[in-house]
Amino acid sequence: MNLTLQQLADQLSSGFARETAGGVVRVVDYARTGCHLEAAVWPSAVVCAAELLDQRGFALDTITGVDWIAEGEMEVIYDYFHATAGWRIVIRSRLPRGNPEIPTISGVFPGADWHERETHDFFGIRFLGHPDLRPFLLPEDADYHPLRKDFTA
Amino acid sequence: MIAPQAICPEGTRNETFVLNLGPQHPATHGVLRVKLTMDGEYITRAEPVVGYIHRMQEKMAENRTYARFLPNTSRIDYLSAMAYTHAFVAAVERAARIEVPARAEYIRVVTSELNRISSHLVWFGAFLLDLGGFTPLLYAFDDRERILDLLEGISGSRLTYCYYRFGGLCNDIDEDFIKGTHDFVARMRPRLKMYRTLVTDNIILRKRLIGIGPISQEMCRRYGATGPVIRGSGVAYDVRKAEPYSVYPEFNFDVPVFPEGDSMARYLVRMAEMEQSLRIIEQALDKLPGGPVMASNVPRVLKLPAGDYCCAVEAARGRFAVRIISDNKEIPYRVKLRTPSFSNLSLFEEASQGMMLPDALALMGSLDLVIPDIDR
Amino acid sequence: MSLAEPLRLLLFLLCVMAFVGFNAAYLVWVERKGAGRIQRRPGPTEVGYAGLLQPMADGIKLLTKQLIVPPGADATLFRLAPVMVLAPAMMSLAVIPFSETLVARNINVGLVMVFAFGSINVMAIMLGGWASRNKYAIISAARIVSQDVAYEIPMLLVVITVLMITGTMNLNDIVRQQAGGFWHWNLFKLAANPLMPVTFVIFYVCMLAETNRAPFDMAEAESELVAGAFTEYAGMGFGVFFMAEYANIVVGCAIATILFLGGWQSPIGLFPGLFWFLLKMYLLCFSVVWVRWTFPRTQFYGLLNLSWKILIPVSLATLMLSAVLIKVVKL
Repeated sequence: MNLTLQQLADQLSSGFARETAGGVVRVVDYARTGCHLEAAVWPSAVVCAAELLDQRGFALDTITGVDWIAEGEMEVIYDYFHATAGWRIVIRSRLPRGNPEIPTISGVFPGADWHERETHDFFGIRFLGHPDLRPFLLPEDADYHPLRKDFTA
Repeated sequence: MIAPQAICPEGTRNETFVLNLGPQHPATHGVLRVKLTMDGEYITRAEPVVGYIHRMQEKMAENRTYARFLPNTSRIDYLSAMAYTHAFVAAVERAARIEVPARAEYIRVVTSELNRISSHLVWFGAFLLDLGGFTPLLYAFDDRERILDLLEGISGSRLTYCYYRFGGLCNDIDEDFIKGTHDFVARMRPRLKMYRTLVTDNIILRKRLIGIGPISQEMCRRYGATGPVIRGSGVAYDVRKAEPYSVYPEFNFDVPVFPEGDSMARYLVRMAEMEQSLRIIEQALDKLPGGPVMASNVPRVLKLPAGDYCCAVEAARGRFAVRIISDNKEIPYRVKLRTPSFSNLSLFEEASQGMMLPDALALMGSLDLVIPDIDR
Repeated sequence: MSLAEPLRLLLFLLCVMAFVGFNAAYLVWVERKGAGRIQRRPGPTEVGYAGLLQPMADGIKLLTKQLIVPPGADATLFRLAPVMVLAPAMMSLAVIPFSETLVARNINVGLVMVFAFGSINVMAIMLGGWASRNKYAIISAARIVSQDVAYEIPMLLVVITVLMITGTMNLNDIVRQQAGGFWHWNLFKLAANPLMPVTFVIFYVCMLAETNRAPFDMAEAESELVAGAFTEYAGMGFGVFFMAEYANIVVGCAIATILFLGGWQSPIGLFPGLFWFLLKMYLLCFSVVWVRWTFPRTQFYGLLNLSWKILIPVSLATLMLSAVLIKVVKL
């Protein structure tokens, strides 16, 4: 990969310029946060972001869900890394808590299949287009979502 | 030896049956269930079913202070406990801007590398056991006992250590540990050579592993596989070199990479890694500085400033990362544990298509899975 | 006298059964101690001096367990299979000459009889696996059949090679022909067939495969198929399969000793007898145990490839060589 970090950030910014939400792709302080670039996008843009990163040789690291109950939103955080260049990119997307839906990226990265099933298990976020959203770590008949902040056992 | 291909003449009906490699099984290291749809001896679909040891570590992290979660970190992957604690501790230190004294960092490296060797020895013994060679397990465990004794002397535990603290270590090492580690390194090098002659060069083992279970670089990338899996496919990705942490930049060590991508390549990567770990341990003990092992002024109960903090380490199985989301309270808002075995196992379904059962089990053994790592 | 012969026969058969029983029990002890020492641990030491009463304890444990017949299994075949595995091994021992005079029944076609009974073994294990109505057992039974059929062929070809040299199928006569020092043993009869040591190695490998011992124990590969064909057997049913495995090893090693290593002949030409036979046979048994704990398992198709693509051509070649030498050199 013979791009500098700033060049990569600019390419990605123009790549999903129409669809990013507030803030575009920022270069962040690696020593403090542990990643190089960060972007906040609309839920509809995550597939586009995944495809852009796939074309540049990034790998999917993990998908994290966060329940911001005070703000009435849920957040999905996608971590990508590049094995040879060593860069880490974080894509975030906020969803309304009442109806958390976001398109699946398992068509682009097959590894997302399991990560999305786990996030659905824990938070109830529905990944549209996912082939098989059954409980993954929880029992087969689970209909609760433990990592939500209003979950009581 | 190349595995034979299934022949399906035109017009024959393919009847498949489901074989359950159930949660209790001698070959699935831990409670992993694999639903195999088989056509005779060939696997048409292998679906891993996980969750049998799911303890919801991430929810536990939201219920207790940072210090109280430390023992949990050892139990996520019990064979590589030092590295997992290291990741959590480093993430908190990064967020709270705590300076760790040099002596503590060096000792962290020594103990993490010793832990890596002991984890690889367990993998070595268990893998050979799966392949039918019963004896190397006991030889490997003999070496491992010595590591466990060394680490028990300084931390008090044999397996699930909780030795690191925010800002350093809980206690210093003593002369016995240093001398014992030197003795261990001197003893281990000829043992590794013996394993190479007796096991790695064994014709039956070579026929069992060479060419079996190829995983391409593309597959590793799409599934996010890390560790010896990606290094056995030709990509030199090691967190200790790509995202250097602690004092690893000061040491001279190689990252073993084998391009073939088959089970033998992954096997050789781990055997070579044990060699490299011995190198790192020697260098670290030589350069060990004096001084305190704990930073001063670390508050008893930590409160991290609001934000997202991520830290990754190279555990024995691959990249282990901790992401802490804090909202300026004493307990974290969200802790995400990114475990290597999860990503490594996710490629099993695609990689084992069309393989025969013994080969698929050899592939699974070469991925080095620890099920609590997957389930958390 | 009309009464002495049946009485002698009865005595011999009782002794043979006792011999098989004793071997099955104490070869287990040898295996466990051997495995222990190879793995740098002592093996059984608690029960009796050096664990010598361990097989007794195991036997008592197995006898006290409930004999479960799984629902849906074919009850007759399920119960019959262990018996059918053990009986042929015992019957084969009736023709084996332990010394010049210690033979239960010196049949002129003794060699053929042993191999005929050996084939029943395959069928019995397959019946046991099939009658258990368990997926693991059926896969294992299928594997055992293909493996045993594949390895019987080179074994018999090798035996025919030896037969052409000895000219007789009477086991006692075969041993008598190897009288003198160890250079008269069939293993070293290089004048008759320069590839004699190769035929011995082929026979040994085939014997390991026929008895389903590692490195050819794919059929009961513990890490894949739990216990293979014997998964559903509990208590003494499993115990009998276990005993039968060791009885088969004893028969296999005994035949190897007789055909290649001179049977009850002594290596220095003096004092032939029972002692030498037992020594050679048990050394071979120990080597079988040794090989098991040293090597990993081959894959199933590797195993079959070894037989069909390597052992059969080589044994055919030695057979041709032997035939040519006999005809041309007129031995």
